Amino acid sequence: MFGRGLKSLSLASAALVTGAFALVFFYAPLDADQGFIQKIFYLHVPLAIVALCGFVAGGIYGIRYLRTGDRAHDLRSYVAIHQSLIFGVGVLVTGSIWAKASWGHWWVWDEPTLVSFLIVFLLFACYQPLRFSIEDPERQARYAAVFAIVGGAFVPLNFTAVRMAEALTHPRTFDSTSNLPGPMALTFLVAMAGIAALFVTLCKYELAAKHATMRLKALKRRLSGEPAALPLTQRARSAAPQEV
Amino acid sequence: MPALPLDDAGPYVAAAYLVFLALVLVYVAIMAGKLARLARDVEELSRIVERPEP
Repeated sequence: MFGRGLKSLSLASAALVTGAFALVFFYAPLDADQGFIQKIFYLHVPLAIVALCGFVAGGIYGIRYLRTGDRAHDLRSYVAIHQSLIFGVGVLVTGSIWAKASWGHWWVWDEPTLVSFLIVFLLFACYQPLRFSIEDPERQARYAAVFAIVGGAFVPLNFTAVRMAEALTHPRTFDSTSNLPGPMALTFLVAMAGIAALFVTLCKYELAAKHATMRLKALKRRLSGEPAALPLTQRARSAAPQEV
Repeated sequence: MPALPLDDAGPYVAAAYLVFLALVLVYVAIMAGKLARLARDVEELSRIVERPEP
């Protein structure tokens, strides 16, 4: 079911991430302008791109849930957003470390790229409290899907607006891989593939775990002679989608 | 902006990569906790199934 192909995907992710880090430190040349500190970008930028794509994927699964009513899409939307939030934490922390080394400040409030990412991150950080605040599973899934769609649509709009705005201090290091020297471009693409594969792997892990938990709970209820759907007050405390 | 000397930049780069590693490890630890809970549930289910019919 959800766990199909997980072993090979995990091995591929581990190989790609390890390979990418090896390329970063032993193959990619030092940046003429920034020096060694630029190595952070091989981690920070793929994390940011994958996190933003994950938010958009959450919105797309939200649309699919509203169109079909299939709870599996709701679960996928939830997991994509949850993983993107975790990756988002990585983006903010690695970005702040780079900023401290380069600019001397952990955070710069007048830089659109930083603030816009923080806005997107905080917007999606509201997703789980929203789910948690609604008890009825159907309404919870529907409202969460609408939230995911609006938030997901905001991501490309936000990205375009930031690109159109004049960049004050945030560098456009990986604006396009065509202007990178070959070894740097290769390293960046491998890092991008590794982080993307890791995102998919962790999503599949979480989906498999949630699916197994749901099936187990349903089975336990059937075996112990309890009704298939528990009263709202006895439902799990998690904000994750629950089987009804 | 002028490049930081390797000695000064090294700890920052190491910190960034360690943060990433820590995030992945914390996630794996949380998943391990969930797996342990699942194993306990499976055990409980086995006990229910193996319980003799009244």
